[in-house]
Amino acid sequence: MKIHEYQAKAILARYGVPTPRGEVAFSKEEARVVADNLGTPVVVVKAQIHAGGRGKAGGVKLARSADEAAELAGKMLGMKLVTPQTGAAGRIVKRLLIEEGLDIKRELYLGLLVDRAAAAPVFMASAAGGMEIEEVAREHPEAILRETIHPAVGLQPYQARKLAFGLGLTPEVAALAVPFLQALYRAFIESDGSLAEINPCVVTGDGRLVALDAKMTFDDNALYRHKDLRELRDLDEEDPLEVEASKYGLNYIKLDGTVGCMVNGAGLAMATMDIIKLAGGAPANFLDVGGGASAEQVKNAFKILMSDRAVRGVFINIFGGILRCDVLATGVVAAAQELQFKVPVVVRMEGTNVEQGKEILRKSGLGFAVADGMKDGAEKIVKLAGA
Amino acid sequence: MRDGERKGFLCLLCLVYCLYLTHMSILIDETTRVVVQGLTGREGSFHAQQMIEYGTKIVAGVTPGKGGTRHLDVPVFNTLAEAVRETGAHASVIFVPPPFAADAILEAADAGLPLVVCITEGIPTLDMVRVAAALRGSRTRLIGPNCPGIISPGKCKIGIMPGRIHKQGHVGVVSRSGTLTYEAVDQLTRLGIGQSTCMGIGGDPIIGTTFLDAIRMFHEDSETHAIVMIGEIGGSAEEKAAEFIQAHVRKPVVGFIAGQTAPPGRRMGHAGAIISGGQGTAKEKYAAMAATGIHCVQSPAEIGQTLATALGKAAAK
Repeated sequence: MKIHEYQAKAILARYGVPTPRGEVAFSKEEARVVADNLGTPVVVVKAQIHAGGRGKAGGVKLARSADEAAELAGKMLGMKLVTPQTGAAGRIVKRLLIEEGLDIKRELYLGLLVDRAAAAPVFMASAAGGMEIEEVAREHPEAILRETIHPAVGLQPYQARKLAFGLGLTPEVAALAVPFLQALYRAFIESDGSLAEINPCVVTGDGRLVALDAKMTFDDNALYRHKDLRELRDLDEEDPLEVEASKYGLNYIKLDGTVGCMVNGAGLAMATMDIIKLAGGAPANFLDVGGGASAEQVKNAFKILMSDRAVRGVFINIFGGILRCDVLATGVVAAAQELQFKVPVVVRMEGTNVEQGKEILRKSGLGFAVADGMKDGAEKIVKLAGA
Repeated sequence: MRDGERKGFLCLLCLVYCLYLTHMSILIDETTRVVVQGLTGREGSFHAQQMIEYGTKIVAGVTPGKGGTRHLDVPVFNTLAEAVRETGAHASVIFVPPPFAADAILEAADAGLPLVVCITEGIPTLDMVRVAAALRGSRTRLIGPNCPGIISPGKCKIGIMPGRIHKQGHVGVVSRSGTLTYEAVDQLTRLGIGQSTCMGIGGDPIIGTTFLDAIRMFHEDSETHAIVMIGEIGGSAEEKAAEFIQAHVRKPVVGFIAGQTAPPGRRMGHAGAIISGGQGTAKEKYAAMAATGIHCVQSPAEIGQTLATALGKAAAK
């Protein structure tokens, strides 16, 4: 789960990570009040969306008075922000973070994530703050410092010092970096983070170390034990269909194509998207109804698929194994009758009672096409959907 | 036998089995005695029944608080240590819910079981970070979590895969996914090609047994003549396995990567299936596999056929 920058900063501040003074604003007036209260010669108005690359897209502006901050806020709120991470659709700005401007001497990158190969958290740091870490990794991989952390003991002071001196910080600032990094590590671990990124982390003119930007994402599997974090979820930042699907426990991701897919299992769902592409079509979504694929789930999945107006046909690919295909077919027919949709549907299923299942689909009179194997199914749906 | 003698006998039995295990790279066979952690739950009950019907020796169940009872005609114990002591189990399969699954894995490792298969989906990543650290240096091999399990067709099934689609034979199958593995196995079986062992290693970012581990075991296993590796976008485990294959494996290997059409930055169902920072794309993985002489399959419908062709070629050599 992603959260906004201002929310991430509030969490980090609770753990003792220094952040700029500032507050969230939902309106022009609130922005003016926050800027006025800050009382600094320069304030920063930052659009709050769940995507990076805001600066270049015009989502971060400096203001030299409360009036100017209000004026910028008025322009920014409701604006569609398109960054490399939002896709062409962009995101509507609904919240702003108004912060004190700082005298920046140096910009650094700090990142904390779980390294899959090492099965441990790893700190990454680079002197090239402000740059996308992917870009640094591509062009100057040697410029990224890494410290793998043993989960039993946590981030040790010597590791923080290695990073700090490795970044070329002065002894005074390096001394501040140790508690900074340890606080960041604690925040990450205790909130079940999957990523914590401070980019940039700045050294100010008066020698402080401050998290100028902050991004935190959390492990969805661990949210059950973080009620406070669950409340930070911003549904405006998510695709409405994906939100709807998640209510039914369906794993749905909207894509740009026209062939709706309904599959059991994530790997097979990805493979189904791939084979639709190979057949000359384009998948409209990723949808995993779960390994079991009950009739009820199939109905819910139909509802989601049919709400996507781009869908010209649906390919159901269920490898049940233990699942009874006659039960599945009955569920598919019931859902089709209830929802009364007009697009062609191709069904490929494997499991017990396959022949009975196929018979139920054929006899339904609803025009289901039954496929033998996933290649046949993909070719049939691409043809029927005219994709 | 007196209690002391019985303990001694069981210890000896375990020792012999462990020695046997080190020579048996496919991990399980018809003698494997399995304990089910979470036997009395809905999932545990259903799949334990399926495993028993397949012929797997399910010797015990563990459900804290239900010790002393029987379920599916199998004795239930409060702790795994007790179950192992009383029944001489050498493998466990875990069906407990995600919040308790890390604890269950550690309990199995503490009991000294050489093989633990964790089916549970949705375990927090940081729980698995701690489990992985605790398992380092232990003698326990973990398969999963979030996996369908492992099957040596005709001998033993520890997991949730449909037994009937498998056929005993000489192809090793390793995969990050569940139903896609069934798809591949089904293709092989329909072509009359049997499998030595099929293993789902799980779709999570942190897993016990990696592609590299599985490929190494298949490489060393005389029962396995060819290998199918079914990967996914995300991480670099397929690339690491490909390096090993290039350096050591002379058996034909067929490789498929799911997620060629997946957009970056989105988690495709599996927590581990995500392209982040331009890393872990299907394109990269195919390139790494092709460079090592792995037979790459672009279409998931042609996994079986590609292996059949590769086997034909290998036999002709």
